[in-house]
Amino acid sequence: MYRSNVLVCGGTGCTSSHSEQIIERLNEEIKAQGLEKEVNVIRTGCFGLCALGPIMVVYPEGAFYSRVTPEDVPEIVSEHLLKGRIVKRLLYQETVVDDNTTKSLNETTFYAKQMRIALRNCGVINPEKIDEYIALDGYAALGKVLTEMTPQEVIDLMLASGLRGRGGAGFPTGLKWKFAAANDADQKYACCNADEGDPGAFMDRSVLEGDPHSVLEAMAIAGYAIGASQGYIYIRAEYPIAVKRLQIAIQQAREYGLLGKNIFNSGFDFDIDIRLGAGAFVCGEETALMTSIEGKRGEPRVRPPFPALKGLFGKPTVLNNVETYANIPQIILKGADWFRSIGTEKSPGTKVFALGGKITNTGLVEVPMGTTLREVVEEIGGGVPGGHTFKAAQTGGPSGGCIPAKLIDTPIDYDNLIAIGSMMGSGGLIVMDETTCMVDIAKFFLEFTVDESCGKCTPCRVGTKRLLEILNKITSGNGTLEDIDKMEELCYYIKENSLCGLGQTAPNPVLSTLKYYRDEYVAHVTEHRCPAGACKALTNYTIDADKCKGCTLCARNCPVGAISGTVKQPHVIDTNKCIKCGVCMEKCKFGAVVKK
Amino acid sequence: MQKRISNLPFHDTPEQAQKLDEVIEGLKGQPGAVMPALHEAQEIYGYLPIEVQKKIAEGLDVSLEEVYGVSTFYSQFSLTPKGRNHISVCLGTACYVKGSDKVLERLTQRLGIQPEECTEDGAFSLTACRCIGACGLAPVMTVNEDVYGRLVPEDVDQILAKYTE
Repeated sequence: MYRSNVLVCGGTGCTSSHSEQIIERLNEEIKAQGLEKEVNVIRTGCFGLCALGPIMVVYPEGAFYSRVTPEDVPEIVSEHLLKGRIVKRLLYQETVVDDNTTKSLNETTFYAKQMRIALRNCGVINPEKIDEYIALDGYAALGKVLTEMTPQEVIDLMLASGLRGRGGAGFPTGLKWKFAAANDADQKYACCNADEGDPGAFMDRSVLEGDPHSVLEAMAIAGYAIGASQGYIYIRAEYPIAVKRLQIAIQQAREYGLLGKNIFNSGFDFDIDIRLGAGAFVCGEETALMTSIEGKRGEPRVRPPFPALKGLFGKPTVLNNVETYANIPQIILKGADWFRSIGTEKSPGTKVFALGGKITNTGLVEVPMGTTLREVVEEIGGGVPGGHTFKAAQTGGPSGGCIPAKLIDTPIDYDNLIAIGSMMGSGGLIVMDETTCMVDIAKFFLEFTVDESCGKCTPCRVGTKRLLEILNKITSGNGTLEDIDKMEELCYYIKENSLCGLGQTAPNPVLSTLKYYRDEYVAHVTEHRCPAGACKALTNYTIDADKCKGCTLCARNCPVGAISGTVKQPHVIDTNKCIKCGVCMEKCKFGAVVKK
Repeated sequence: MQKRISNLPFHDTPEQAQKLDEVIEGLKGQPGAVMPALHEAQEIYGYLPIEVQKKIAEGLDVSLEEVYGVSTFYSQFSLTPKGRNHISVCLGTACYVKGSDKVLERLTQRLGIQPEECTEDGAFSLTACRCIGACGLAPVMTVNEDVYGRLVPEDVDQILAKYTE
């Protein structure tokens, strides 16, 4: 028994801000103080509040230390772990009530409205130890399924729970399983889509880094339900920590007999292998993913036949997303009614969102479906920092759209988001403020889809390129009103005629920004003006002669020598030389540089 | 993504050649062996010169077109050598909204190269990468294994200086 447990986040975010060095330093200091038998250091998965990383939590007190540096470690060890005095200066300020009391993490605004099902073990257990997962009911659901339920009962339970795919489209998971179970074949596959390509979404990575066994357990359950004996996890090569933890988890599960032959003595065999992606967004599409597992160019196939009939290597296949799988063991253990009691009628359960962009508390949050965007952005997310105002939230990545500020009270679920022209997607939620130009954002996403279009079908390959050309024309100030109409028409053409989900959704960023911010497009075209001041070709930097004190700071920092003037005299920017980098504006202490 | 193809002369060491032979031998006859072979070959050489792809095609008994088709399809496979220090700037949405494009621009100015290129002295190569999932630290860039977060363009000079000694 240890007197204290120190949990340090080992997710990608905190590892990037040097949590490994903190763990090393902790172990050194604890040894130096002779506490190694009393204090246990645990590397966990993501806590969710990435903005405050690296994160360290000390139990039993539950002291939540944020932005810890290796230099802070000796103080924490000698004060807190040795003498029992919490180091207040390093605590997350929201957990400090007054001088002498702290409150639990769960009472802070970031966590209070959250409900963690898929993320239940992230930041709680050591993901590299199967025993810790088992101690929290791990593999109990698989045991229950294999010893007490028939495959049909498992499928019925999934149907009754109403769980919908968390990867984006929201297709009912139970239905997928039912279709695959109905097709007879000598070999079937239960696969996991961990090719999280949507920029700004990182919940699947966090689940795999923080709780890999929950996915393995659920895949085995899926295998039992549809009659598959082999599973594949297709994961991005960009996620090295997640890959490593999955490898460890698979190895441990095999050693414990929870993967392999005759699991729980039930006669059921199931094993899992990992396949690495190589950086292609289209491989998140199910048929493209399967083609890629087969070692080919990851191009999508025509559906039907659907994967439930002809999937991987031409055999019936079920493919679910990581977050979907992470929900399943809990549904098996707690039942369909429990799951249906959370969220909305058509979208039961919770959804994990990755909050990013112009928001105070960047990180991962899991909330019941039906929570409003306002609650997520303003309460949990802590609002937009730096005195800026909320302009829009972008969901669904390159396939999604923007939710404008006037719709901030929309309850978030699959159907509501589609109704307002966006989509759930995998749950990336990027917040934008008034300095973000919506035409520029549409262009950003189109650059992405043009790059990532696999080239197999013409509407997507050529159509997205033409869309991008028109957007470039508009943001450089050469667009016409006719271009806007032409672009809109082209969007619908691409949506209707593309082969796979990538092309069918690629115009969404343009359509949704046109729907809510058409005036911005028009301003670019008719007034040659970018209202947000983001499009370089349409903005000019000038110096307000009344405010300029002639301190020469801007001239000294200008990388191209475009600013001239003598000391204590107002300076001037030569717009022909200016590359519009904005350095002068950042450096000026008197607010004399103006962007128009 | 548009791939840049190296026209530098290809040299390999006997050790590299032997390793590649072993990889090909181990994967021969397996279905879907091209991708794992390319992953391993890139580990050995740091990139995928056409000579290596030819060897893989012959070794696995598939056409060079198929190998080249796969190597040019996936963005992780590089057909150009990397510099001694490899810089990636994240252009994921969260980083972009927070100005990573300006960080990238500063890097191209300072290094005198465009993304997917390598400096003449071989010291730096630059790439614009997809979301690395460190959105909490946006905007983010990596140099080799080191991650730098919460950047402003002015940080670039200082970071580059660390690697130019």
